[in-house]
Amino acid sequence: MSAASKDTALRTGTIARALIYTILFIFALFYLLPLFVMLVNSVKPLEEIRQGNMLAFPQVFTLEPWIQAWGEAQIGVQPTGLKPYFINSLVMVVPAVIISTLLGAINGYVLTKWQFPGHRIVFGLMLFSCFIPFQIVLIPMARILGLLDLAGTTYGLILVHVVYGLGFTTLFFRNYYDAFPTELIRAATIDGAGFFRIFQRILLPSSGPIIVVTVIWQFTNVWNDFLFGASFADFDSQPMTVALNNLVSSSTGVKEYNVHFAGAILAALPTLIVYIVSGRYFVRGLMAGAVKG
Amino acid sequence: MAFLEINRLHKQYGNVEVLKGVDIAIEEGGFLVLVGPSGCGKSTLLNTIAGLENITSGEISIDGTVVNDLHPSKRDIAMVFQSYALYPSMSVAENIAFGLEMRGVSKAEREKAIQGVAGMLQIEHLLKRRPGQLSGGQRQRVAMGRALVRDPKLFLFDEPLSNLDAKLRVDMRTEIKRLHQKLGTTIVYVTHDQIEAMTLATQIAVLKDGILQQVGSPDEVYSKPTNMFVADFMGSPTMNLIEARIENGGGGLSVEIPQRDRSLSLPVPQPPTALRSYSGKPVVLGIRPEDITDPDGADPKAEHIAQAHCSVEVVEPTGADTFVVTQLGGKEVTGRMRNAAGLAVGADVPFAFNMGKIHFFDPATEQRIA
Repeated sequence: MSAASKDTALRTGTIARALIYTILFIFALFYLLPLFVMLVNSVKPLEEIRQGNMLAFPQVFTLEPWIQAWGEAQIGVQPTGLKPYFINSLVMVVPAVIISTLLGAINGYVLTKWQFPGHRIVFGLMLFSCFIPFQIVLIPMARILGLLDLAGTTYGLILVHVVYGLGFTTLFFRNYYDAFPTELIRAATIDGAGFFRIFQRILLPSSGPIIVVTVIWQFTNVWNDFLFGASFADFDSQPMTVALNNLVSSSTGVKEYNVHFAGAILAALPTLIVYIVSGRYFVRGLMAGAVKG
Repeated sequence: MAFLEINRLHKQYGNVEVLKGVDIAIEEGGFLVLVGPSGCGKSTLLNTIAGLENITSGEISIDGTVVNDLHPSKRDIAMVFQSYALYPSMSVAENIAFGLEMRGVSKAEREKAIQGVAGMLQIEHLLKRRPGQLSGGQRQRVAMGRALVRDPKLFLFDEPLSNLDAKLRVDMRTEIKRLHQKLGTTIVYVTHDQIEAMTLATQIAVLKDGILQQVGSPDEVYSKPTNMFVADFMGSPTMNLIEARIENGGGGLSVEIPQRDRSLSLPVPQPPTALRSYSGKPVVLGIRPEDITDPDGADPKAEHIAQAHCSVEVVEPTGADTFVVTQLGGKEVTGRMRNAAGLAVGADVPFAFNMGKIHFFDPATEQRIA
């Protein structure tokens, strides 16, 4: 009797499992399809795309669209390709991510381990900043950048992204450090370590997972930002996203879809790489502090 | 002047007063144990000595220096925490030497100090490991090593053994005692375990609700508790506290314990002086389980043994002794009998009361009648 019921249980398990995997496989295909279309069409000559079958594999394989997108395509008025804008984005994103992550870490440290009267209100306000839509701050931000003489520069963009990212980075680090044992801070205090020494020697070495989370989050957001880049950047400081838009929406000549696809992949590549390299820490870090362990 | 002196110490969190005027002094080389139920303020008191928490008023001095406003790192103290608080990203050796490193001690000297301490605590083979790779007992040793290596004036222990299993706790207790005897340093030790307090201390301070109940040697606290709280808190099983009445008969004072049918009268051979004024009044009689025995098992040196027949309600054998519960004055009373006493539940057996070791408390003030 028990053997029979066990048997049925096993069989339903197999059927359910097969069903789940089939559905998962279909969804995976569904999500990968756009990437497939982009990849396939970015290595085709333009005539093949014009013939109309976007899903077909290339008959003639060519890297010409990639070379075009990177170094030769018309962006706005200059035939520079995406390369200078890619560099603009890198020069903007690296300092913005480092500064906002560091400041967020220090904020989290102070808000949990050096609590002052009113720390809850300060944290509440920082949390609130996460929910302010970008569009609302455009005009005040433009005014401030003007006053600081940073309008149209990469420094200005870095400032904007640091300020806007601070709410999130503080939230991440505060929640992570909240679960960090306070007795360790006390032990280090008695051992004679000061504010920054404790931060640098005790907290930072244990912050790997949350640093990864914050870096991925910030890198993705800053790299993918279009609105701030379009609003506050000049020609010589425009990020990749704005350049991609200019490439695709150029009104002169024919629409070179294969070049556009290659450019779009180039623009998405860095965030993809960051995620692949450190993604397994991402989930672990997001979960940190959720369960007491 | 004592080595560590605490005078009229008050500590408030907002409107909540946690410490209400604590006075303690301990001589150099002493082992002071702060003991009390959870929430009594003992850990707060330790933290104020360490300087991790500010005091509202009062004075703390270590070795003649008032340390009220001194930073924890400048008080020349070391602390062992309940969670051990080992730095997770550093090796055992780095953990031990961190305090020295912060004080600018050279690398060569640090190495020497680490070797010395590691040898004393037998943790040489662990020096390269991380705290996460150590067992509970090993972490405990490393935490003590970190405190020992700086050779401070004062050691503070905050419930250091409470995270260990029972057997290891007893071993580490012995080890701490041995270290104290060997090094002769002054120690302040917080625990809620009265057995730890009794075995380790040269001075016990019993705290309740932020008020010091009694300070004294373990023997004083055990054999002359100043009030019913201390009497009840120290000792396991706890002291029997029985509601009774003092009568002044022809042959001297006696204590009457009301029973269901007739009251039980026991003579008081050496009454404390103040007890005379209680004749005819209610008191609380305190007697420890080891002073209620079977007649053959009574202390042969005791001069005043009173016997009474009581009915056995519960028998709890523990191996060496058997605890027997009976009813006296409407309360459960525990006595300690020899294993072989052959007791049966419901039987009426003779109990021997060692009347030389009884305590009296005022039922209203709960203070000892001396």
